Amino acid sequence: MKQEESAIIKKSDIVLLVAILVIALITFVYIMLTKKPGAKVQISIDGKVEKTISLDEDYEYQVTTDMGNNRIVIKDGVVDVTAADCPDKVCENHVTIKNVGETIICLPHKLVVEIVE
Amino acid sequence: MSKNQNIETTKNSISSTKHSGKTNKEIALTGVFIALAMILSYLESLVPIGFAVPGIKLGLANLVTIVSLYKLGIKNTIIISVGRIILSGILFGNMMIIIYSLAGAFVSILVMLLVMKTKIFSATGVSICGAIAHNFGQIIVAVITLENMNIMYYMIVLAITGAIAGTLIGLLSGMIIRNIHM
Ligand SMILES: [Zn+2]
Repeated sequence: MKQEESAIIKKSDIVLLVAILVIALITFVYIMLTKKPGAKVQISIDGKVEKTISLDEDYEYQVTTDMGNNRIVIKDGVVDVTAADCPDKVCENHVTIKNVGETIICLPHKLVVEIVE
Repeated sequence: MSKNQNIETTKNSISSTKHSGKTNKEIALTGVFIALAMILSYLESLVPIGFAVPGIKLGLANLVTIVSLYKLGIKNTIIISVGRIILSGILFGNMMIIIYSLAGAFVSILVMLLVMKTKIFSATGVSICGAIAHNFGQIIVAVITLENMNIMYYMIVLAITGAIAGTLIGLLSGMIIRNIHM
């Protein structure tokens, strides 16, 4: 028992380490397997759904609110925010999205662009 | 034998000289630990391990935190961590780094304290939990500016690197804890 107390590594530590690595691996595989292209894009402003657009056709949508402007472009089933007048430009610089659950968020404009099924 | 005991008693009476509830030895060690933690975090900043994915780090300063948690108790550990972060922040960083680091340190110390109290794991397990708590704390702070789907990948990467770095630091801490007697 005394030995066990002062041990620098116990069986439980190894179990913990292995468990973390296994969970990480399973999560990774799960993400890879469940990743699927979405059918529509949902545009919300201040938590309210403003518009839902199909990804099948190319489309451009201009969001204009008291908070500012964002230009959302749908092309070849991929959604991008191409222009915005927010100070941080996080949304504009964000990579394009196409899979279910992916989002582009413009925090200053309270805008959420999300891919849905 | 009786001479030895005498020395032991004298030592005890010296070290138990109270100084606002702390022994002089404790105060001295706390100071030494702050200095050591500062050196370790400075050394770590010289080696850019986190170049590929931000947030990946070995957490050398955590070595001091763990040893202190086991040997000096929670109060001194908080003093050491806060002292290290504020002093390093003033010397090499800025206010944002201080706030950011304090948040990470508190999350990680709290988790390590709780895990330590359960006595299920050795210092290695405590270190692993601390490293992962610290990494996840950082993700939560940074979550808004990160790209959405990549957050999950990012978490996986940080969980794995945190577990491995935590194991190394934990093993080292365990060796130190076992070999210092106070
Ligand atoms: Zn924006």
